[in-house]
Amino acid sequence: MNKNYDVVIIGCGTSGAAIAYTLSKYDLRVAVLEKENDVAMGTTRANSGILHAGYDPEPGTLMAKLNVRGVEIARELADKLGYMYKPVGSLVLAFSGHDVKTIKTLKARGDANGVKGCRILTKEEVQQMEPMVSENVVAALYAPSAICSPWELCLCMAETAVLNGTDLLLETEVVDISREKDGDWKVVAARNLDPLTQADAKDRKSTELLEFSARFVINAAGLYADKVHDMAAPHSFDIIPSRGEYYLLDKAEGFRARHTIFQCPDENGKGVLVSPTVHGNLIVGPNSEKSRPDDYSTTSEGQAYVKKASAKSVPSVDFRNNIRNFAGIRAKSDRADFIIEEAKGAENFIDVAGICSPGLSSAPAIGEYVAELLAGKGLALKQKPGEMKYYRKPAHFKDLSADEKNALIAKDPSYGRVVCRCESITEGEMRDTFGSPIPPRSVDAIKRRTMAGQGRCQGGFCGPQVVKILAENLGLTEDRILQNAAGSWMVIRKEDR
Amino acid sequence: MYDLIIIGGGPAGLAAAVKAKECGLKKVMICERSTELGGILNQCIHNGFGLTYFKEELTGPEYASRFIDMLKETDVEVRTDTMVLDISPEKEVHMVSPAMGYRVEKAKAVILAMGCRERSRGALSIPGTRPAGVYTAGAAQKYVNIDGYLPGRRVVILGSGDIGLIMARRLTLEGCKVLACVELNEYSSGLNRNIVQCLNDYDIPLLLSHTVTNISGDRRVERVTVSEVDNKTKQPIPGTEQYFDCDTLLLSVGLIPENELSRDAGINLDPRTKGPYVYDNMETSLPGVFACGNVLHVHDLVDFVTQEAQRAAAAAAEYVKKGQPERGEVLDVKTAGGVTYTVPQQICPADLEGDTKVSFRVNRVFGKSRIVVSSGDRELFTQKKPFMMPGEMQNVMLPADILKAAEDSITVEARED
Repeated sequence: MNKNYDVVIIGCGTSGAAIAYTLSKYDLRVAVLEKENDVAMGTTRANSGILHAGYDPEPGTLMAKLNVRGVEIARELADKLGYMYKPVGSLVLAFSGHDVKTIKTLKARGDANGVKGCRILTKEEVQQMEPMVSENVVAALYAPSAICSPWELCLCMAETAVLNGTDLLLETEVVDISREKDGDWKVVAARNLDPLTQADAKDRKSTELLEFSARFVINAAGLYADKVHDMAAPHSFDIIPSRGEYYLLDKAEGFRARHTIFQCPDENGKGVLVSPTVHGNLIVGPNSEKSRPDDYSTTSEGQAYVKKASAKSVPSVDFRNNIRNFAGIRAKSDRADFIIEEAKGAENFIDVAGICSPGLSSAPAIGEYVAELLAGKGLALKQKPGEMKYYRKPAHFKDLSADEKNALIAKDPSYGRVVCRCESITEGEMRDTFGSPIPPRSVDAIKRRTMAGQGRCQGGFCGPQVVKILAENLGLTEDRILQNAAGSWMVIRKEDR
Repeated sequence: MYDLIIIGGGPAGLAAAVKAKECGLKKVMICERSTELGGILNQCIHNGFGLTYFKEELTGPEYASRFIDMLKETDVEVRTDTMVLDISPEKEVHMVSPAMGYRVEKAKAVILAMGCRERSRGALSIPGTRPAGVYTAGAAQKYVNIDGYLPGRRVVILGSGDIGLIMARRLTLEGCKVLACVELNEYSSGLNRNIVQCLNDYDIPLLLSHTVTNISGDRRVERVTVSEVDNKTKQPIPGTEQYFDCDTLLLSVGLIPENELSRDAGINLDPRTKGPYVYDNMETSLPGVFACGNVLHVHDLVDFVTQEAQRAAAAAAEYVKKGQPERGEVLDVKTAGGVTYTVPQQICPADLEGDTKVSFRVNRVFGKSRIVVSSGDRELFTQKKPFMMPGEMQNVMLPADILKAAEDSITVEARED
């Protein structure tokens, strides 16, 4: 592998993936260094999955500009890359005269930001569009937002980047950044040698050091962006992780919301939403609490708050149909806007930090924006010869016609074996993922690629079978298979007890 | 066109298939999504099956093999490795398998025998981190008994359902340390014999009126917090926390009949059982579609599943031969006094001969008590029960004449003496 790069990107969440995707169009040597064993493992893996219309950010901010442009590209990418995208639209509910003022302000902001299609709805219109909404609603702001699966968006951009020549190094944690004599950056990373255990990047026994040199370094390290920044430049911002807890409910509850239903935003953010997911479930959350960057735990207080707050919008949600609680962590910074700039005192070191909401919506535009920044710094963006290759994952077996299903099974009988019963995912689809540009290394990586295990039984039935399929395809025994990140072993051999 | 398609090749489906042949049906198919017939019995290698039905003690695989052997003597078409994706109201069954591809097969009658699934962590909303090492007891049982691996070394079990109790013993025998079995209620939801043979015999503490209130560990479970709960509110009592350092938490917190196919087919489901509403012939709201076993309501003993499946198969055979029966008057079966549900939920007394079995569960522990069946203010039937607990399914046999004497509805009630 070539250790000399034009650009090294640190972190493969949605921002890093979008930048890699954008740069992969050009004749450049690009590497992405990711400390976890898959992409989308930080903020991307757990958030609301909303592609916001763009009425929320203050006009003139980077957030406003990138949000509006980002969702435009996201829509195009849905066609090109085939990730799940549904333009369901959103409602911000108003319950009081004060709220009505707020939604009018939001509408005006949307207009100023160039968002088309926002409109204020009367109580009757809201109730007609969204029958399960609380009868206390007095008006709402409709906006043309969409929903997506965030890890899928990240994954398909990263996969396409890899397909077009980007080097993605997983389990590779940056530990040091320094300037070389020739002016290039030297990036030192520790690679975990034993995926079964969570590596300590400082422990030389469990890791090996890799060195990369690069003309440009992009800091897309999400929750750790301040730490990575400080390796290369004088301290200039803090990341203030903010945890949000969610309920994910069974598809039987999916009918409770047709749109993404928000309450009026306050100082804590956009508040608790009730929304359909692209997979047909119902998502309810989040709250907002300061947290450590690695504390994805949920709390009984947080859960109780989310339940109570959501009842204001949609009182009938039946939480007995809950299938999963989870928490995500927003990578907020101590600044009000996104930080996308060259770090002061560190030429050619670009921070992409503080990418909190509307980060997912903005990500595709962040890719474009960073490419422009790099071009401005003298990086030649020359289109690669030939057509850009797009990685499109195969369609879900269950969505195919009877003839298409039979054609696939005739080619490979494992498409006829349904492993995940809840989501009807076949063994063939799981096997396919090992031939993709970023093959899975864990049970949850298969889930992110196929939906297997995300249904109502939460892997109760298919878990052991998925472990087998992973073991077979990775050439490992079952006791070496991980649930998710390094250290998340699933079973032990009887002789090892 | 098949006379009968049975969905599910576990104990319910197997007994239904054998019985359907005995009743003279010709073209019968049984679909099983796994590669082997037998369903969950295949991983239940402990004994205790068959005491009621066979009057001897068998292991799960032995119990299943009795029916698999009987099935081999018939010409029932067995399709394993076959997943049913959809059932239409016209009884077209959409199925897929590696061997035969995607097919639509039509049947005169269908028996639903899909069984149930385990409630997972999400159903309880247990706070904490989301590490590896939280498994349903059934998944752990599969790892240990089928795949030959252990789920971990130090184990806490939440819930005292039978699979959890069985796994407490199994894991102990495999050399794991089972630290405690934690039960929210003040009584176990498992069979008493399993408490004695799986916990007491191995000195595994059963913490009644306790629950797991937190899970910690970033990548793998490291610790669970257990708190006592208030028996009235079921809320944890602050200050009662105990901590167990463990790498595994098994959940045995209830089973849910697996009725996604039934719901999509438009079959009416009972929110109490989470299974279809059925008449006394086990027919659902969709004519010609019958249900039995754990897809209908969660059973305690497989022997009762077998009997229920035979009842459904006999009725399905009648349906195929004679068409939809004239129902005549329909009695609703209502519940009172601690009875949580009944199966069947409706009885048609007109053509009844002999006794009709009504199964139900109670919502608390009952000492010496009586089951009273009444219609309006007339008591039609009583039966003494020395002891009843929620973990055990109750059955009463109601004579035809008392059902024929009822009007509109009957009520099944538990009264403690």
